[in-house]
Amino acid sequence: MNAPVLELRNVAKTYRVKQGLFGKAKPLNAVNDVSLTLNKGEVLGLVGESGCGKSTLAKILLGLEAPTAGQVLVDGEEIGGQGRLALARRIQPIFQDPYSSLNPRKTIADIVSLPLRVHGVGDATSRAKSVRETLELVGLPARVLNTYPSQMSGGQRQRVAIARALIMHPEIVICDEPTSALDVSVQSQILNLLNDLRKEFGLTYLFISHDLAVVEHLATRVAVMYLGRIVEEANVADLFDAPRHPYSRALLNSVLTPDPSQGVPDTQLGAAYPNPINPPSGCHFHPRCPFAQSHCKANAPRPVPREGGHVECHLHDPDSPMYRPDFTV
Amino acid sequence: MNDTATPLLGVRGLTLDIPMSSGVLHAVRGIDFDLHRGETLCIVGESGSGKSLTSLAIMGLLDKNIRRSAERMEFDGIDLLSASRRQMRSLRGDRIAMIFQEPMTSLNPAYTIGDQLMEALRLHRNVSREKARARAVELLEKVGITAAASRLGQYPHQLSGGLRQRVVIAMALMCEPELIIADEPTTALDVTIQAQILSLLVELTREMGVAMILITHDLGVVARVADKVGVMYAGELVETGPAADVFGKPLHPYTRGLLRCIPQPGKTQRGAELGTIPGIVPSLIGDVQGCAFRTRCPHAIDACRDAIPERGTPPHEFLCVHPDGARAAEGEPA
Amino acid sequence: MALQRIADPLLEEITGPNPRQILRKRVTGHAGLLFGVGVVLVLLIIAILAPVLAPHDPYAQNLANRMVKPVFMGGTWEHPLGTDHLGRDYLSRLIYGARVSLLIGTVAALISGVIGTAMGVAAGYFGGKVDAVVTFLINVRLAMPVVLVALAVVAILGGSLQVVIGVLGLLLWDRFAVVMRASTLQVRRREYVAAAQAIGASTPRVILSEIMPNIANNLIVIVTLEMAHAILLEAALSFLGLGVQPPTPSWGLMVSEGKNMMLFEPWLVLIPGIVLFILVLAINLMGDGLRDVTAPENRS
Repeated sequence: MNAPVLELRNVAKTYRVKQGLFGKAKPLNAVNDVSLTLNKGEVLGLVGESGCGKSTLAKILLGLEAPTAGQVLVDGEEIGGQGRLALARRIQPIFQDPYSSLNPRKTIADIVSLPLRVHGVGDATSRAKSVRETLELVGLPARVLNTYPSQMSGGQRQRVAIARALIMHPEIVICDEPTSALDVSVQSQILNLLNDLRKEFGLTYLFISHDLAVVEHLATRVAVMYLGRIVEEANVADLFDAPRHPYSRALLNSVLTPDPSQGVPDTQLGAAYPNPINPPSGCHFHPRCPFAQSHCKANAPRPVPREGGHVECHLHDPDSPMYRPDFTV
Repeated sequence: MNDTATPLLGVRGLTLDIPMSSGVLHAVRGIDFDLHRGETLCIVGESGSGKSLTSLAIMGLLDKNIRRSAERMEFDGIDLLSASRRQMRSLRGDRIAMIFQEPMTSLNPAYTIGDQLMEALRLHRNVSREKARARAVELLEKVGITAAASRLGQYPHQLSGGLRQRVVIAMALMCEPELIIADEPTTALDVTIQAQILSLLVELTREMGVAMILITHDLGVVARVADKVGVMYAGELVETGPAADVFGKPLHPYTRGLLRCIPQPGKTQRGAELGTIPGIVPSLIGDVQGCAFRTRCPHAIDACRDAIPERGTPPHEFLCVHPDGARAAEGEPA
Repeated sequence: MALQRIADPLLEEITGPNPRQILRKRVTGHAGLLFGVGVVLVLLIIAILAPVLAPHDPYAQNLANRMVKPVFMGGTWEHPLGTDHLGRDYLSRLIYGARVSLLIGTVAALISGVIGTAMGVAAGYFGGKVDAVVTFLINVRLAMPVVLVALAVVAILGGSLQVVIGVLGLLLWDRFAVVMRASTLQVRRREYVAAAQAIGASTPRVILSEIMPNIANNLIVIVTLEMAHAILLEAALSFLGLGVQPPTPSWGLMVSEGKNMMLFEPWLVLIPGIVLFILVLAINLMGDGLRDVTAPENRS
């Protein structure tokens, strides 16, 4: 149950961004030295503000972008050596917007069977059978086979997208904000479906979301991303009950539970999200951190292990002058 | 809440019909609400419930093909139903301000922030440029924008999403409105920014005594911001009441269903099955009779096809044939 | 067992007609499109059946019967639209002229369509250097005055049907490239393209089966516009004596040949002029109509 199916070792992705017509291209570290491990059957929640690099990370895992440095290993084998098709059999995506993730000119049967056709699996009859079975699995009747995406509701479309992702029986599914475009009542159906499918097929999810309540509900482990780095990674209970990184705490604070006895929380994140082209010195988070000291401005923190992951903060580093072992925020 | 005083905004029987090729779409079907000065009303509902159209109907900004009717719709004694276009124009942006979801739609990319802020004021008030400028700086500072004076010369694209929404709020406040209508003002923003913008809105409305209608699909936002809540489903306000009552003791099966659909940290067990509302919103084209929620309701009975009585005691009211909101049927103490 | 719970009981309501039904409904309700398609089809059939339909040999001269008036101006049914200055049957020449116009319009639009679409889609899909090169080529092409370049080329190579088709085909791809580039840019950002790539689909497959079907509606519209454009340019070139060479019947040439007698026998110019006008109008109506009915119905 605990063999790592997906491993990222010091993965980085740097874009060169031109500023202005004649400006010199500057490096933008969208993903900066990220190491992560996904074990079989777990759900790793990846959270962070927009622009933190979580979507770039997803693209690297799907083979849509090549990392500029580091290794991505699936079952201990490096992605580059596996080829695109082999990778596609093991990792499949579910995207955010079911209105944009299904080709409007294709029937549902065409959309769901595309992976089989691309990989040359089976003949027409066995493919049709496989499509029907997979649709049934996600709760869609065979009648939808010849309909078009435009005839379906958002929730139904997302079920089609899930069927397309699962038809090749991948091990890992990258869920990139799979419910944020859906209504509340539909969202819970899709979340339940994803949870059931995971249990039934032993799937491993990388679950990217900005909705921390959803992540807390579904994930077994959580990674918090800030400016291209994973600043804290921990088991879900540890992270939500006792966040160590001040940024994790701010994120958790900003969750609005439907509790009318509480007002709008103060996140204490004064400054705006920094421009990733000119990241702050030292600890990237220091301009927004209520606990920042001059040490944070000058020195980048190193990852310190914690249960189920690590944390990057001087407050938790025994070698740092700011070390406060009792600090849980 | 003082229900005896004349409300700032009173709406009775607001109905919006949209003629379509296949029949008339009854997008909003007779909603009532009162809003007093300084109060915040949150209208919560899923897509297609008619919540955004309701706000546009109050502002008089509906598309021409949408038919609006109501028994009464009054803003501070002004009949909005019979108001001329000119009257509505002078109300909008002056006494009633609007904040949209995507700040870029309310900011013109071709003009500087300062120009747009000052324009908002000079359109309605006869003030000098200097005074308008001073007011713009004052408000930008108030919405938490640093170096306000230097921001006046910037263009919208030079600001982040959160800053833009702050500018939009400042713009809405330029003329000291009495009512702000905010349609999903934080949906396009990150959670951290959302919290900042919401607390800003709450603080400012409280401080300046502004009434606010906040339209959202996010129950968390509603719970934290609202004085009063209106839950909208298929063009009707199916449950209205003070936030504490609606969230603490939801009476309509739809409200209860919605609250069970969202994972609530601390209440829902991690990884457990979430509640669902099966089915989809019914079509509102043609004759709609009885309770629109009955096709998805676990407690639906034959009587749900008939007219639905209003239950509950003001201010907490709901539309359901079951007088107790079927709490007993769900195995909870009434 | 889990399935029962997952299934959505109201799923029976697959709402609304499918895109094909919507398309059919829109087509049958669009008068301009129906008119345009009808006229173009009729002219197409006439062009194909020209040898059967034409009452006379379009090349047969009869100097004794020059400039016979059409039947509605007092002529005879022997020559319903009269004869030209060499005594050739005007109706027959008109019918054979439809062949030239439609052939040039279709083939030139096809050639430029293939060139422009390939360039535009490549630029939009691959971006970067490919895009820079294509954009540069488009700008170069836009800087060339079509008529002058066509005149120069035809003057050097000599006028003939093949040369006119070739020149127009190689000159009219700019609009294809511009529009296809923009459409591709729009479509390639859609998540279904990323989904196909993540499935492992090859680049040609992604372009042909995910992108092309979604930009085809724009392509069809441009094809019609460029057809009309090519037909008009052919007429202009032929009128100037640099297009199709006599005695081949071409509408532009007929206008040119009739212009000397225009003041005395205006119908010599009016008849081919009106037919040309109707064809171009019909093609444009067809293009406009196609744009209306194929507008994306997906996100309603």
